[in-house]
Amino acid sequence: MNTPTTQAALGQAAIAPPPPTSTVTLKINGVERHLQLAPWTSLLDALREYLDLTGTKKGCDHGQCGACTVLVDGKRINSCLTLAVMQEGADITTVEGLGTEDNLHPLQQAFVDHDAFQCGYCTPGQICSAVGLLTEGKAKTTAEIREMMSGNLCRCGAYTNIVSAIEEVLHSKNSELRR
Amino acid sequence: MNSFTYTRASGVEAAVREKAADNAVKFIAGGTNILDLMKENVERPSRLLDLNHLPLKAIEAAPDGGLRLGALATNADTAWHPEVQKRYPLLNQAILAGASPQLRNMATNGGNLFQRTRCYYFYDTATPCNKREPGSGCSAIGGYNRIHAILGTSEQCIATHPSDMCVALAALKATVRVSGQNGERTVKFENFHRLPGDAPEFDHTLAPDELVTAIDLPNEDFSQHFSYLKLRDRQSYAFALVSVAAALQLDGNTIKEARLALGGVAHKPWRDQQAEELLKGQPATEDTFRKAAAAVVSSARGYGHNTFKIELAKRAIVRALKQAAEGTQHASDIFTNSNP
Ligand SMILES: Cc1cc2nc3c(=O)[nH]c(=O)nc-3n(C[C@H](O)[C@H](O)[C@H](O)COP(=O)(O)OP(=O)(O)OC[C@H]3O[C@@H](n4cnc5c(N)ncnc54)[C@H](O)[C@@H]3O)c2cc1C
Ligand code: SF4
Ligand code: FES
Ligand code: FES
Repeated sequence: MNTPTTQAALGQAAIAPPPPTSTVTLKINGVERHLQLAPWTSLLDALREYLDLTGTKKGCDHGQCGACTVLVDGKRINSCLTLAVMQEGADITTVEGLGTEDNLHPLQQAFVDHDAFQCGYCTPGQICSAVGLLTEGKAKTTAEIREMMSGNLCRCGAYTNIVSAIEEVLHSKNSELRR
Repeated sequence: MNSFTYTRASGVEAAVREKAADNAVKFIAGGTNILDLMKENVERPSRLLDLNHLPLKAIEAAPDGGLRLGALATNADTAWHPEVQKRYPLLNQAILAGASPQLRNMATNGGNLFQRTRCYYFYDTATPCNKREPGSGCSAIGGYNRIHAILGTSEQCIATHPSDMCVALAALKATVRVSGQNGERTVKFENFHRLPGDAPEFDHTLAPDELVTAIDLPNEDFSQHFSYLKLRDRQSYAFALVSVAAALQLDGNTIKEARLALGGVAHKPWRDQQAEELLKGQPATEDTFRKAAAAVVSSARGYGHNTFKIELAKRAIVRALKQAAEGTQHASDIFTNSNP
């Protein structure tokens, strides 16, 4: 068959022109990063595809699961429903910025201690969300933790252990997080 | 998503001017609804004008002694504001009943008003939908319509307005402050959203170039007897099948003043002033509440899958009014709304 199918064969440029990009400066885990991004790049895609910060997960891409939760100026948000360009100048913390392998964040340690995951896909979002919850300081009881963690789904159903991990940190006297 | 350009709005007047000049320009605030719809190709703006850097984040006293909620204040900051918790706990409850903590940290008060229906066909560009594509037909009438409206519907559209916050704002008789090319004006909350009629593509009555700057809550006290009851398929992080905002002022056991608004049942937050009149001057008893509930659903119509909502709404109204009369809800108690 010699019917032209490719754009080149049709006499057009073989590769579509690159989308218009702009320089975006994002402060992530305390480090300033400069990126050339198309305006429609979500913060989630900027992290995962352009900065190699793949700790933050994409579950639904529509605000329905919480896997993409990060902290912006200390507040938990869904990074799939904001554009990277909108976050210029903000202070972004991802799961990579919470602790190190030798020095886990208290919530990371508690998730390990309480076996608060199975496949682990929702875990970075759960932990970032829980950090936000502790900073907010509204949830006190088990029921309140459950309600205020409802934006994070766990397909493996590790909810019971997730809640006990958070409870431990919430109630621990030494927690550096309690303000 | 289609390709678009992005700019930050430099001021309210400039934003209005730029929007007036080009109808394909869209405002973005929290982004939680418009980006979702852009990913589904339902919204295809040529340019996004970011409102987040406008000085409209304050929550402050209004001139009449009420409270002014900035359009760019987040739903979370609004719900947890001490004045909202103390004076307008019904609003606190309604906001906290919606979405998730993450989404409430992003969603703004202005954006919440403009959020579009969750009708599945509206989201699915492969199906006819009069709201998305005027004249193409309504797939929900005769299709799957479990989440759809039972009041104020039309032959063209049976979609619901999905907001929880707006149900409380309707009950509290809020006023929306708007800036447009002809200056500023205020819109009574009951006139902000509209019924579908034969133009379901319009959710509200504002001109395309108008920008919401704030929402004013009147200086009235419904902080003692109120309830926001939200019924849904799971206990949290789900839209309402039926929700009820009920607020009473009592003199002993006599109802002095009553407010009643429903969510999940109509194209707009459904405040029923006739039912409110039926409550006024009556004893706060189940019998009174039943009469009001019957009045609300007297004109209701089911479309098959959603017919259960008529009975559900009736019972929810009675329960919400009972809870309000008993004064059992407190601003700190964030679970009563879903788990009475
Ligand atoms: C998974 C999920 C679950 C949800 N659950 C609930 C729920 O249970 N209850 C509930 O009530 N809501 C729920 N929501 C909806 C959420 O509350 C709305 O998406 C949010 O309030 C929209 O606000 P925003 O600032 O993000 O708006 P945006 O998405 O930024 O904007 C929405 C629209 O408003 C316009 N706009 C924004 N600000 C202004 C302004 N000041 N003047 C003029 N136009 C403006 C924009 O142009 C756009 O068209 C849910 C959302 C998701 C994704
Ligand atoms: S109910 Fe309204 S939004 Fe849903 S398909 Fe029909 S016209 Fe579209
Ligand atoms: S990926 Fe963002 S909420 Fe699911
Ligand atoms: S651990 Fe598998 S989804 Fe939560």
